[in-house]
Amino acid sequence: MPYAVKKYSHVTDKQASVNGKPFPVAAAESGQFLTALYRSLKVDYPKFFKMDALSKLGFLASELILMDEQPRFTPREDVAIICFNRSSSLDTDVAYQATIQHEESYYPSPSAFVYTLPNIVTGEIAIRNKFFGETSFYVCRERDAQQMSQTVEQAFCDKHTRMALAAWVECFEGTCEAFMELVERR
Amino acid sequence: MIAIAGDNIISSLGFTTDENYRAVESGQSGVRLCSPFVGLPEPLMASMIDRERLSDSFADLSPRADGYTMLEKAAILSVGNAAAQAQVDLSGADVLFILSSTKGNVHLLDENEKGFSRDHIYLWHTARLIAEFFGNANEPLVVSNACISGACAQIAAMRELETGAYSYAVVVGVEMLSKFIVSGFQSLKALSPEMCRPFDVDRAGLNLGEAAAAIIYRRTDGKEEAGEALLLHGAIRNDANHISGPSRTGEGCLRALQILLQEVAPGDLAFINAHGTATAYNDSMEAVALASAGLSAVSVNSLKGYFGHTLGAAGVLESIISAHALANEAVLPTHGFKCGEKERPLNVVDKITHTEKTFFIKMLSGFGGCNAALLFKKNTKRTPPCHTQ
Repeated sequence: MPYAVKKYSHVTDKQASVNGKPFPVAAAESGQFLTALYRSLKVDYPKFFKMDALSKLGFLASELILMDEQPRFTPREDVAIICFNRSSSLDTDVAYQATIQHEESYYPSPSAFVYTLPNIVTGEIAIRNKFFGETSFYVCRERDAQQMSQTVEQAFCDKHTRMALAAWVECFEGTCEAFMELVERR
Repeated sequence: MIAIAGDNIISSLGFTTDENYRAVESGQSGVRLCSPFVGLPEPLMASMIDRERLSDSFADLSPRADGYTMLEKAAILSVGNAAAQAQVDLSGADVLFILSSTKGNVHLLDENEKGFSRDHIYLWHTARLIAEFFGNANEPLVVSNACISGACAQIAAMRELETGAYSYAVVVGVEMLSKFIVSGFQSLKALSPEMCRPFDVDRAGLNLGEAAAAIIYRRTDGKEEAGEALLLHGAIRNDANHISGPSRTGEGCLRALQILLQEVAPGDLAFINAHGTATAYNDSMEAVALASAGLSAVSVNSLKGYFGHTLGAAGVLESIISAHALANEAVLPTHGFKCGEKERPLNVVDKITHTEKTFFIKMLSGFGGCNAALLFKKNTKRTPPCHTQ
C-alpha cells in the first residue's frame, strides 16, 4: 500500500467517533443530531447551515479529523479530497424535484439546485480548509473497500498529492453515514 | 502511455465523430430554439439529440430496446460505434468501463415518468447496464464531478491503465436534458436566450446540450502508432473559493494548467480548448487563469457554440473534436465569438487556421470549485520495431 491511514472518523445521524473513540455530543432533538454535533465541535462556520445533508455529513467527518491538526487553514495544494457513495446527490435531487413537480407550486430554488451535484461536498471541505488539491467524487453500487482503496491509491499518481481525505459519504432514504480517513503517502 | 483507439460522438450534429467533426468544420451549430421544452415557462435555446434517429439507430444495434432509457441508449450506441472503430472486444476481463455523467436518468424522479424500474435513477446502475450490454463483467467506475466529469473520467482511465490493471478503458460521457436540469440552470439565470457567444464581450450565458461521447483508450506499452492521439497528462485542482461561482483569480484552473506546463512549453501548443461556457464569470475566470499561466498568446477556442454545454459529456466530446482537429492540422474557430474583452486579452480563434504543432490542452471547470486540464499529443513518430535481444 503506497499510503498509510493517519486518522479516521465515522458519523451517522445518531453518533460520531474519531479513531474508533466516541465523540461526545450534547443531547439533540430528534432528527437534529448533525446540528448538535456541529455545536459540540465548537466550530464557528455559519455556511454549515446552508449545506444539504450530504455536505453536512462530509463536513462534520472532516472537522472531526482535522480539528486538532496544526497548522490549519494554511492554503495548500498537496491534499486531495476523494469521496464515494451509492446514491449520488439523490437526497437533494428528490427535494429539488418537489419544487418543480407541480405547475401551481413551481418554484425552482437556485440554492437547492446547486446541491444536486454529489461533488459539492468535496468543494465545501476544500473551501473550509483552503485545500487547492484534487477533488473527486465516484458513485459505486456498494461500499467496496478494495475498489475504494485502489482509487485512492491511484489519486497518488498525481505526484503533487501527499495526503488525501478519502470518504464514503452516503445520504438517502434513511441512510446517513460517513466514514472518512486522512491518508498520507508513504 | 495511453492512446485513443476509437471514439464516437452522438449529438445534435450527428451520430459519428466524422459527421460531428465535419459539421463543426463547416461552421454549423446544433443549438436551436427548442421551445416549448417539457412545459417550462421560458423559451430554451439548446442542442438536442434527435430522439427518433436515436431509437432507430439503437434498434439497428440491438433488438433488446426495452429496458433502456434514451440516455442509456445514447451511451450504448456511442460505445458500440467507438468499439467497432477500435476493433476491441469489450467483453474482455482487461476492459474497464468508466461512466461520466452529472445527472444520469434524473428525469425519472418526475412522478409522471413511468415504465422504468427505480434502479435507473442510480448512476452505478446505468453504468452496469452499459457494461453488461457489451458482456463486460467488471464493476464499472462512475465519475460524477460536475462539469469536469468528462476530464476526470479520462484521468481515471489513464491511472487505471498505467497502474497496469487493465489494457483498455471505455470512457463514456452522457447527458440528456430534462425539466430538472433546465429549470435549475434557468433558476441560476445562467442561460442565454440566444446562441451562446463564448469569450465575447457581449456574451449572455450558456446554452445547454445533449450528447453521448465515447473514447476507447488503450495502454500502448511503448507501441504508439503514427498519428494516434495520446493523453499525456491530466490534473484536477479546486478553487477552494465558492461552490457555485468560479474564483475571480482562477486559482484552481491556474494550478491545473501549471502542472501541465511542467510537461509542455506554451510555444508547442497548437491550441487550448477552453471550457468557454459563455457565462460572464466562467469565461473571465479562464481568461485570468490563462494570462496568469503565461498562455495569453496561445490560440484558444470553445466548442460550446456548436454543441451547447453538454455537462458530464462535455469533457469527452470536446477532447474528441479537439483531437480530430489536431489530426487534421486545424485549429477550430469559436462559434459565436466576435469581439473579445479589452481588459482580458486572449487569442480567441475566430476562423479555422492551419497548425503543424502537435500538442493541445483541454480545460474544464465546474460547480464545487473543481477545475481540470488535460494534455494531449498527436504522435508523429512510429515506434521502431522491437529487436529481439
